[in-house]
Amino acid sequence: MSKLVIASIGPASSVQDGGRPGSQRYGLAPSGAMDRLALAAANTLVGNPLFAACVEIGPFGAAFTARDGAVRIALAGASRNADIAGRAVAFDTSVTLADGETLTLGFARGGSFSYLAVEGGIAGEPTFGSLAVNARAGLGSPYPRPLQAGDELKTAAASGAAEQRIELPPAPDAPIRVVWGPQDDEFADDIKKLFVDSEWKISATSDRMGYRLEGPLLKHLHGHNIVSDGTVNGSLQVPGNGQPIALMPDRNTTGGYPKIATVISADFGRFAQTPAGRAFRFKAVSTAEAQAAARQFSELLRTLPDRLRPIENLDLNIDALSDANVAGHAVSAIDARTWQIASPADASGPD
Amino acid sequence: MAATLSPPRLLPSGDSAIAVEFSRTIDDAANRRVLALDRAMASEPISGVTETVPTYRSLLVHYDPVQIDFGSLGEKLLALAQLPVPAAAKARRWRIPVVYGGEHGIDLEDMAKTLNTTPDDIVARHTAGDYRVAMIGFTPGWSYLSGLADSLAMPRRQNPRLLTPAGTVSIGGIQTGVQCLAGPSGWHLLGRTAVRTYQLHRDPIFLLEPGDAITFKRVDAKTFAEQDRAAEAGEIVAELITS
Repeated sequence: MSKLVIASIGPASSVQDGGRPGSQRYGLAPSGAMDRLALAAANTLVGNPLFAACVEIGPFGAAFTARDGAVRIALAGASRNADIAGRAVAFDTSVTLADGETLTLGFARGGSFSYLAVEGGIAGEPTFGSLAVNARAGLGSPYPRPLQAGDELKTAAASGAAEQRIELPPAPDAPIRVVWGPQDDEFADDIKKLFVDSEWKISATSDRMGYRLEGPLLKHLHGHNIVSDGTVNGSLQVPGNGQPIALMPDRNTTGGYPKIATVISADFGRFAQTPAGRAFRFKAVSTAEAQAAARQFSELLRTLPDRLRPIENLDLNIDALSDANVAGHAVSAIDARTWQIASPADASGPD
Repeated sequence: MAATLSPPRLLPSGDSAIAVEFSRTIDDAANRRVLALDRAMASEPISGVTETVPTYRSLLVHYDPVQIDFGSLGEKLLALAQLPVPAAAKARRWRIPVVYGGEHGIDLEDMAKTLNTTPDDIVARHTAGDYRVAMIGFTPGWSYLSGLADSLAMPRRQNPRLLTPAGTVSIGGIQTGVQCLAGPSGWHLLGRTAVRTYQLHRDPIFLLEPGDAITFKRVDAKTFAEQDRAAEAGEIVAELITS
């Protein structure tokens, strides 16, 4: 069994997969990857199930070293400089790290999160079917917290399969689409117009629970308290200061601020990838249009394997190839859990 | 007999969830309809629905838009929501032990002063109450209870605390609640329970369900400490009175 050792890593980096929906009625957030398309693309490149666990790497740099054998990996999502021992590594491409080699990643460019998939997946003990880290709830495996230097991810030894690339449709540079509601009637028409006519920026004080948005003040018609109701990924709730907070996968499952609009599911990953400080706009669409986009997005995910291409002009990594296929595929469970104190950064309370 | 029930509002929550809203305020009758719709959907699942989240006044229905669209699901939900609410199913009833006041409930003294009474009187009124789990939300296991005596209602604190202890039992507005994990809260802290409403590696992981009946029982600090050790080891500690 090979392993990937975290040589260095920045904050906001954790093991994430398709998440653990199904327990929101008990207050448990679904968690899971911020950008599901990038997660699925990285996994597809190394032959994993679409929503297998990957390393979700935040905006800062990171380095990973293969130990006890070769490790076959793929990178997708926000691009960055990447190299293995001086050889440049492309995104949306699989590559094999020989035993002892280090993959070094720079800062994210044009996005916030990159996904590192490892062939055979990351060994761990799922809770509610998921390895995704939710630090507040003490969940996630092999570490129930963001990754740190020195952490080790056990994985299968590289198979030696031919490397491949994936052709993804280019991410459109278009407004983020939203559906009005569920509480857009808490806002006057001119405020709704202001919401879609203005530029917005994501604040640097954002995390996997919520993105704070900076833009014009959105005044409420009847005050900022409503009786708590359920939230979804992409709920745009407007607290008393008139600056929306977009709820992300580690969100509170209920909230007591009016939600003016909701990011459509097909655009959620692109929204999550918007770098802090970059101006963007929202565009309101009908529920029918959002659902058509959701069906298209689902079809794109389903057909990702059809987008794989062989790599021509292969720059062979002889070391990696000779390391591959020398060990078995045993994957053992790891049990490492601690309880986490809630983040003091979460200054809100129960409603 | 409720012959005709007013239809709920169907509010899109993006393209993959519908909030079925029965009321805009905290309303016991609305909460009963929420829980009745939730039970109806559990007993006869609608294809494409992925999970439901009951709250005070609405049921959030998550669904897969590839399998069912807003219009078709909305029609099914409206039809179900207008069925008469069945006589409340026999609820499970839990008795939850609480150590009130002192270091375990740092707001009890102040609450008593504000309400012109003694801490013991507050505790007597709180333990006399017959509560129901109206919803669970915010963080894992955070259980919001309806049924608080009007005389115990208190506006939330001006300045929420960033960290309150695990197991805190508190009052916020016209609600009382049991939280599981340490976390921020603007509610008034009455005491603590050793009961874990959420605990991994225990069966069940989540103890309470929306609709469960709850009463509180006063225990002393020594009993709390013993129960806390037992709960840490996986015991449920809460007493199940009827099921």
